[in-house]
Amino acid sequence: MPELTPSLTSFKERVHPMSKPEEKTKEKKVGPGRSGLQLEEPLLFEQSQKGRRADSLPKLDVEAQPIERWIPSAYLRQEIEGFPELSEPQVIRHFTRMSQWNYGIDLGAYPLGSCTMKYNPRLNEEIARLAGFAHLHPLVPETLAQGALQLMWELEGFLSEITGMEAVSLQPSAGAQGELTGLKIIRRYHEQKGNPRKKVIVPDSAHGTNPASCALAGYEVMEEFIGKKGILEAKTVAERMNEEVAAVMLTNPNTLGLFEKEILEISEIVHRKGGLVYCDGANLNAMLGVCKPGKMGVDVIQLNLHKTFSTPHGGGGPGSGPVAVKKGLEPFLPIPRIVKKGTGFALNFDRPQSIGRVRSFFGNFGMMVRAYAYIRTLGCEGLAQVGPLAVLNANYIRERLRPYYHLPYDHEPCMHECVFTDKNQETYGITTLDIAKRLLDYGFHPPTIYFPLVVSGALMIEPTETESPESVEEFVQAMIAIAKEAETNPQLLKDAPHRTKVRRLDEVKAARELKLRWQST
Amino acid sequence: MNVQADLKYTKDHEWIRLEGKQGTIGITDHAQEELGDIVYVELPAVGQQIQKSKSLGVVESVKAVSEILAPVNGKVVEVNSALNGKPEQINQDPYGKAWMVKMEVANPSDLDDLMNVEDYKKYVQEEKA
Repeated sequence: MPELTPSLTSFKERVHPMSKPEEKTKEKKVGPGRSGLQLEEPLLFEQSQKGRRADSLPKLDVEAQPIERWIPSAYLRQEIEGFPELSEPQVIRHFTRMSQWNYGIDLGAYPLGSCTMKYNPRLNEEIARLAGFAHLHPLVPETLAQGALQLMWELEGFLSEITGMEAVSLQPSAGAQGELTGLKIIRRYHEQKGNPRKKVIVPDSAHGTNPASCALAGYEVMEEFIGKKGILEAKTVAERMNEEVAAVMLTNPNTLGLFEKEILEISEIVHRKGGLVYCDGANLNAMLGVCKPGKMGVDVIQLNLHKTFSTPHGGGGPGSGPVAVKKGLEPFLPIPRIVKKGTGFALNFDRPQSIGRVRSFFGNFGMMVRAYAYIRTLGCEGLAQVGPLAVLNANYIRERLRPYYHLPYDHEPCMHECVFTDKNQETYGITTLDIAKRLLDYGFHPPTIYFPLVVSGALMIEPTETESPESVEEFVQAMIAIAKEAETNPQLLKDAPHRTKVRRLDEVKAARELKLRWQST
Repeated sequence: MNVQADLKYTKDHEWIRLEGKQGTIGITDHAQEELGDIVYVELPAVGQQIQKSKSLGVVESVKAVSEILAPVNGKVVEVNSALNGKPEQINQDPYGKAWMVKMEVANPSDLDDLMNVEDYKKYVQEEKA
């Protein structure tokens, strides 16, 4: 069993730059961002020409029948207003041009904090496209889906091993649904003991979805404040913990990129009063292969396959949010459960204590295939390097940018992400938003901004382990160039972005005057 | 930062003005500045009993969604529904036109627990540091 608190001392020497690369921002172009020709593309609706077609069907060789015969008239529309009519090349150009305006992990670094935007290996995609997986119908009898069931059963086992938990359900659609599933399991556990309890303690360093999930599960949220060191303190929990509290729900590492060091003590306090510990596993990447939440007293954790296990997300997706629990909570997991039966696998629906289904069929199966491929590709040795490399990359950025940007919590190295603020730039009238917009010009996706809420003007940077040292340094150079521009030419930042297809958007107007769908004028 | 001498302040940056038993509540100039442009407001139902530190409503800016917490116990007697169509008033006139809720305060003496203008100014300075 590895140490509970990852030892960071060995990284310390490595995160200090060995030799300071020269910052020749004037002679050398910084970042991959350049200007270039971009093609305008109107909406499909605006390009429509009456009667234009992308297909020509063969002549009907049977008698025409009225459509009402097959589809109830209640579901039929007489006319679809403004229905676009286009040729095939128009449609192809439309979507290709729009794809050129897009930015994704396949184009460059995407350091969005707490989102773990790691590269999605192509091998995962190959495996997920195998006909046996891709074309499998969810309604086929289990005898015809043995391969899929075996994959899911094995994946549950891998996730149990990685987290140190005892049982896993792959059903939840994504992280937030995993949280809700976990909290429903906690509620069911307490109900069985005679009292569902009323409250859940959530520190303000937890993920933003946590309080919402508690409320949906019928719990009142007790927001707790983190201490000066940026973590939830055991003494705070001891003061607030009582028999009304169903659980403590924390994110580890938390949204400041810090390891919740007092988690062992916290879980003891919570357990002593009959409560359970929920860990939001969205930031599991930092701990991958180094330590196990199951050994920290955690009773329930959700995993985000689309973050930690490299399945696409952020406009791609869908997500997948398996829930892992300790043995005592296993009877409450969603149905069906996959069980070993003879030499094969079967689905077990006969589980009277289960919270029921949380998702149609079996969850986002395609994501499970990708996560399985990722785990099998890396193997034990590979997985054990993920966490440490992700932490190393984040600390490299943290140390390189420390002279330029304010670090609100600088008493110890960070985990997988580091949080800066715009405090140093305040005197030039520059805010976090300006820095983020200017980063677009340099060809990077900006980090998470204004979150966590406990840090004013936060810039939360998570490079992940899939960025090479060169690409991390390229990002650093862009951030340094921006810090210098803030001093010498703040207006440049105020007006950014300059190189994108559209310039600074009026976000206020967009939020106040929502236009959610196209309407003919 | 703009503050007003005749108000009491909470640690969550709400203000309250007491006239008789009626308290008028809003968010402070510092709060609107921190939130940035406000794009949406949710106000409570008239007649609702609300306890101190429980949610009176929600303000949403381009940066974040925040709850407005009741400074004291009481009953909602009036809400400023004009803010629904013009949330920007909170940015423009947080102590005036952009009051949010009027409450019948259960115990006017509860206001003694809140900060006066000097304490609030100090509190904001400390929070910034």
